[in-house]
Parts: sequence; C-alpha cells; structure tokens
Amino acid sequence: MVEVTPHANNAVPAAEVADVELYHPKSWWTTYVFSQDAKVIAIQYSGTAIAIGMVALVLSWLMRLQLGFPGTFDFITPEAYYQFITMHGMIMVIYLLTALFLGGFGNYLIPLMVGARDMVFPYANMLSYWIYLLAVLVLIASFFAPGGPTGAGWTLYPPQAILSGTPGGQAWGIVLMLVSLILFIIGFTMGGLNYVVTVLQGRARGMTLMRMPLTVWGIFTATVMALLAFPALFVACVMMLFDRLLGTSFFMPALVELGQQLEYGGGSPILFQHLFWFFGHPEVYIVALPAFGIVSDLISTHARKNIFGYRMMVWAIVIIGALSFVVWAHHMYVSGMHPWFGFFFATTTLIIAVPTALKVYNWVLTLWRGDIHLTLPMLFALAFIVTFVNGGLTGLFLGNVVVDVPLSDTMFVVAHFHMVMGVAPILVIFGAIYHWYPKITGRMLNEAMGQFHFWVTFLGAYAIFFPMHYVGLVGVPRRYPDIGGTSFIPDSVHTLNAFITVAALVVGFAQLVFLFNLFWSLKFGRDAGGNPWRATSLEWQTPTTPPPHGNWGDTLPVVYRWAYDYSVPGAPEDFIAQNDPGPQTGHVAGPA
Amino acid sequence: MSVILVFLLVVLGVAGWWLSHQRLMSKPWLEQGVPAAFPDTDVTGMPTAKIALGIFLAVVGALFALFASAYFMRMDYADWQATPLPSILWLNTAILVLASVALQIAVIASRKGHDDTVRLALVTAGLTTLAFLAGQWMAWRDLTADGYLLDGNPASSFFYLITGMHGLHIVGGIVGLVRVGARGMGGRNDENTRLGIELCAMYWHFLLLVWLGVFVLLAGWANDFIAVCRQFLI
Repeated sequence: MVEVTPHANNAVPAAEVADVELYHPKSWWTTYVFSQDAKVIAIQYSGTAIAIGMVALVLSWLMRLQLGFPGTFDFITPEAYYQFITMHGMIMVIYLLTALFLGGFGNYLIPLMVGARDMVFPYANMLSYWIYLLAVLVLIASFFAPGGPTGAGWTLYPPQAILSGTPGGQAWGIVLMLVSLILFIIGFTMGGLNYVVTVLQGRARGMTLMRMPLTVWGIFTATVMALLAFPALFVACVMMLFDRLLGTSFFMPALVELGQQLEYGGGSPILFQHLFWFFGHPEVYIVALPAFGIVSDLISTHARKNIFGYRMMVWAIVIIGALSFVVWAHHMYVSGMHPWFGFFFATTTLIIAVPTALKVYNWVLTLWRGDIHLTLPMLFALAFIVTFVNGGLTGLFLGNVVVDVPLSDTMFVVAHFHMVMGVAPILVIFGAIYHWYPKITGRMLNEAMGQFHFWVTFLGAYAIFFPMHYVGLVGVPRRYPDIGGTSFIPDSVHTLNAFITVAALVVGFAQLVFLFNLFWSLKFGRDAGGNPWRATSLEWQTPTTPPPHGNWGDTLPVVYRWAYDYSVPGAPEDFIAQNDPGPQTGHVAGPA
Repeated sequence: MSVILVFLLVVLGVAGWWLSHQRLMSKPWLEQGVPAAFPDTDVTGMPTAKIALGIFLAVVGALFALFASAYFMRMDYADWQATPLPSILWLNTAILVLASVALQIAVIASRKGHDDTVRLALVTAGLTTLAFLAGQWMAWRDLTADGYLLDGNPASSFFYLITGMHGLHIVGGIVGLVRVGARGMGGRNDENTRLGIELCAMYWHFLLLVWLGVFVLLAGWANDFIAVCRQFLI
C-alpha cells in the first residue's frame, strides 16, 4: 500500500511534470484544418464518422424497404441489396463505431481526462485523421466506380467476394474496399499508438492508473486490443488483394465459373475466416469496452454516487480484453471445423460472460440508492444497460454450438448482433455526446429535442429488433433480398417485416432531429458553464470552456483523488473534483 | 493460428508483468493526496518515443506472426510445394546482421561522444541495409528466373509476400535512419540524436529478429517443430 504524503491537503505544485512543447498553429489552415490539436482532430474524426454513418443509415432504410415491401422498388435489385448490406455493415462497424469511439472520444477525452496538454505525438495524430479520411473517400469512391461497391457481405468471405457473380467482385468494388481497409488500419495504428502512449506517459501528477476514470481505461484497453487485432484484418486484406489482382491462390480453391475453369486452385476460404474473425471478434470488444467505460462514468455522475467496485471494473475490462482473443472461432461453428474446437470456443465464449456480467451488476449496484437524475445522458446509459443485457442473453444462446447451428445465418443472428454491438454502443455514443457536448461547445443540447430523440430511438430500436428475433426463430435466413412465398414462412413474418421497416424509417428520421439539435444548440443552446453536471473528472475542471489549445492554461492540474468522489459525507458539495486538494483542516485518509 | 497465439501470450505476459507493478490492488477511494512513492506520477522514466516504438514493434510482431500463422495453415493443403531457398539469402542475412551491428556501434559511440565513429557506423548501417534490399531483389529475380512465380505455388506466393512485407518495413526504417543520420552527420550529438540512433538500432535489431524468423519459416526448418507443437495444441 502506497504512502500518502502527510501534507496532502496542501496544494502541491504541478511543475514537476515536464510541460510538452506544443505545436503552435500559425494560420487558419493549421488551426482548424491541418490541426495537431487532439480536440480538433477529435471533432474531425467524429464529423467524418457521423457523416459516413448517415450514408450507412440511408443504406439500412433501402434494405428495410426491400425487406418490408419486396418488389415495390425497382431500383433495389438483388445485386443492389447485397451492396447495401455490405456497405452498411462495414461502415457501421469500422468507419463509424471504431473511428468514433477511438478516434473521436479517444482523442477528445484522453488528454483532458489524464491531465495532459495534448497527445504525445500530435503530428502522427493529425496524419492518422487524414489517412482515415482518405480511407473513407476511397470507400465512397466505390459507390461511383464501374460495377458499384462490393456486395460480398461485410465479412467479405472468399471465394465469392472476388468472383464475377458477386457485385464488384471482378470490378472495382472489392479492390477499393480492401484498399480502404488497409488505409484505415495504417491510419488507426498511428492514432492508436498515440492513445496508448499518452495514457502511459502523459498523465498529470498524482494521476495513477488506478485513479483514471473508467472511460480512459475502456478506451486504453480497446486501443491495445485494436493494435493487436487489426493486423489480422490487414493480413487478410493484403492476401485477398493478391488473390484478386495478382492471381495467387491463398484463399481461392479450384473453381469452375460459368463453365470455365479458373486459374485458382488449392486455396482455403477457411484460412480467411480464421484471419477475419481473429480480428472480427476482438472488434466487438474494441467497440464495447469504450462504451463500458463511458457508461460507467455517465451512471456514476448522474446518480451522484461513486462507481460500485471500481477495481473490479478495471480488472473486468482487462480480462475481457485478453479473453476476447481466444473466442474468434465461435463465428465459424458451421464452417466444418473439428467438434473439439467448437467445444473449446463455446467454453471460452461463455467464460467471457462472467466479467461482462460483473460489470452489469456493478452498474446496477451503482444505481442502487443513488440520487438518480434522469438527464439525457442517464437515460441513454440506462437504455444501454437494458439493451446490452438483452443482446448479451441471446449471445449465450448463440455461443453454444448446438443452439447456434440451427440459428446460424438466420435473422436471429442479425437481431442479436444489432442489439449487442449496434444499438447498445450507439446509445452510449448518444449519451456521451449529450454529456460532453457542453464541454466541447460551452452550450447545452436542447432538452426537448433530446427527449424526443431518446424515446423514439430507444423504443424504436426495440420495435425493430425484438420482432426480428422471432423472424429468425421461424427460420428466415439473413442476406436474402426476398423470401417470396417460401412455404415454411408464415404470413406473420411478412406483416412483421413491414412493421420493422416502418419502425426503421421512423428511428432513422429521429436521428435527423439529433443532427439538427447538434447544429441548433451550437448557436441557441443554453449556456453551460464549465461544469454543468458537477462532475469530478479533470476535463470538467479546465480553466476555460471550451478548453483552448493546450487545455490547462499556465499550470497542469495535480490530481489528489480518484474520479468518483460523489456525495462524500461531510464535504461541502456533493462532488469533489479530482484536482481538489480537499478541505485544509480535513482528515487525510491513509491506506486502509 | 498457433504462432499468433504464442506471440500474443508473450505480449500478454509482458502486459501482465507491467500491470502487476501498477498497484491494481490499491483502493483508490481510500487514498487522497499525491502519492509520495512516485515523485511525479507513476509514469516510467523511459523516453516516450522508446515506449511508442516498443508498442509499434509489438504491432509489427503481431503482423508477421499472423503471416506465419497463415503460412502454416496454408501449408497443410495438398497443393503445397516448398520453394527452394535462393542461396543469396545467406549472404543477405549476414549483411543485415552487419547493419544491426553497425547501428549498435553507433549507439555505443554516440554515448561516448565519438562523433567520427558515429558517422562511419551510420553510413555503414545505411549502405548495408541498402545492400540487403538489393540482395532481396536478386533473390526474387533468381526465383522468377527458375520459374517460381508469384502466382504459382502458394509457397512461392508467400515467399514474395512475406519478404516483400519485411522489405517494406526496412524501407520505412531507412526513412527514419536518414532523418536521424542527417542530424548525426552534422556532428550534432545532443540527447535527441542519441535517442534517434538508439531507436534506429532497436528497430533494426527487431527487424533482424523478424528476418531470422522469416528465414527459418521459408526454409522449412520450423515445420517439424510446429508439427510437434500441433500435437499439444491440436
């Protein structure tokens, strides 16, 4: 147990942490466009991610229109439908969720929350964004390329991904997709190194690892995982690009296409699946861990209560991160693998539910007898818990081989992963934006529009995905643009499909209200002040709001306590900021 | 996937060892004040750039471990025919060792302030590295001339792919070396230059290690070993 300085209540000078040399922008271009300030980069990342996310949202409308009212829209051909599902999935998982959580929130929050002036390598950080933007532009270019974007499904399984039967397979689509992913990974690696090293090296005086807010722990662990998992996608993309362009046969077996024997031979599509899912499963947690971290902070702040079991929350984040690397093959139960493999991966998959459930219990116990303020961030956090539990429970179904095999490739799987890694993290993103928008802009988001956005999104998401479980249980396969008059499918499925489509359209439009709110409040929002939620963590203690370049003015903050001192008995206010040395005459709590 | 799993186990071991020194058992809710045990924070005294490079090398390591995993998995299929090793690879290996040694000498000389030795060592390292790349190019030409083409047997596809990827990382290193070298050549021997030379040396040693791994992999010497390991890992 660490010694605590006896004079801890006297402010300790901050000068002992060396100030970093800041890059000082000289022109409008270097201040707002080619900026090296992590906060500007964060907003660039978020803006780009949300913009491309809107494209994916529109694609989901088009898919739902086809599923709900098949045959009504002539321009949605089966090929177009495949292109829509592929691009929707890839954009949402990689270009929206990963980029927004790590590039957006990571960039904004890490330096502020650990008390640094900026990321440790601002130039590489800037480069990271511009390469990400390039990746997005390459991705968008595929919409306009001859043959359109790839329609291989977001998993891009070979051999179909690069054959002429798949949209974009023998045209530009798949090539642009693979190039875009490779660029994304290169860009992410530059940013990711920054996030990790800033947490390791950039912390303010007194900010020990175990005093960091859980948001930082979540983003930190997710970034470490991403740095180790993305190379698997990189390898898979490079090898598939070789197969497609240079005629190698890494993944391509011997094939006869339209009566023609292709030049490929001997390759293994299963090899691709291993590489893809070795990235793909950690990816789920790369998205989930930042969400876990952020939601912990939202709940603690808005329930005015310290997070229950902080240590266990940290351990759980680290354990989930480590375990998530040994569960990948549960995505491949039907690939014909050895049954012992299935047994092994089912076991690891179910074990990962233990630390995850622990986190859920701790969130609920934090709420227990808390002073719950039903603010917008809190509403979204509560909605996240419910949604995550729902999606997690169906995960237990699908993690078991015998249950997964009949459910594999049905709409049940679609409903499951949308609940657990689509809706749940998105709810956290909304909560986080409502929570930190006042810090970013100095103004509150409009409450009425926010309430409308929350209720329509939350209830609407359930209207979309709850019935989808049933549709899947009846046996409706995923990836089919039209199930037609298949005899085992009851009429109720068609009715539900139409209902889901209407719900999806409504939820989609509610997001436009949210976007409008973001711009409207920028000008007309209520003045927020520096710390509207009366929160403890460092980002709320900046001398000015929004925080300027360099964040802290003349002196760096010194940290005296953890991030969760809410409702401390005897304290003058119901929160004590992390950089508050405490009352001069107060008792110095020593080690227990 | 056994190679990448073993690699991750090593990374996990290092991360676990580091975490075990981070007071994960502490009870932050009971502690107020600035911990005296750590004069500043609990950040390490190591240069930030060195830590960043270390983490980057872990990423590079994961990349090559994944290539090795894919190599072994693809090898199990019936069409695999091993590619003969161009004999020039032995020479290339020796040259790359030389480059690594030269950079190590540069590190030691810069610490002692022997500027002339630093210059000589940096130039040697640069030239030997270029020679290595030229040698790799010759190896490719030898293979092509003998009919082992990129789009031929997967063994030769992997040969070009993995050596190419390693070569690209060397090229990236040369960019760094030139930047550091420009400072070292100018006779500057400040802390930054010394750190830069150390980072270059670290990167070169690591890429040498990767190359030795790649060499063993492509030569097929690891096959029996992997076969034995498979018995345990299924």
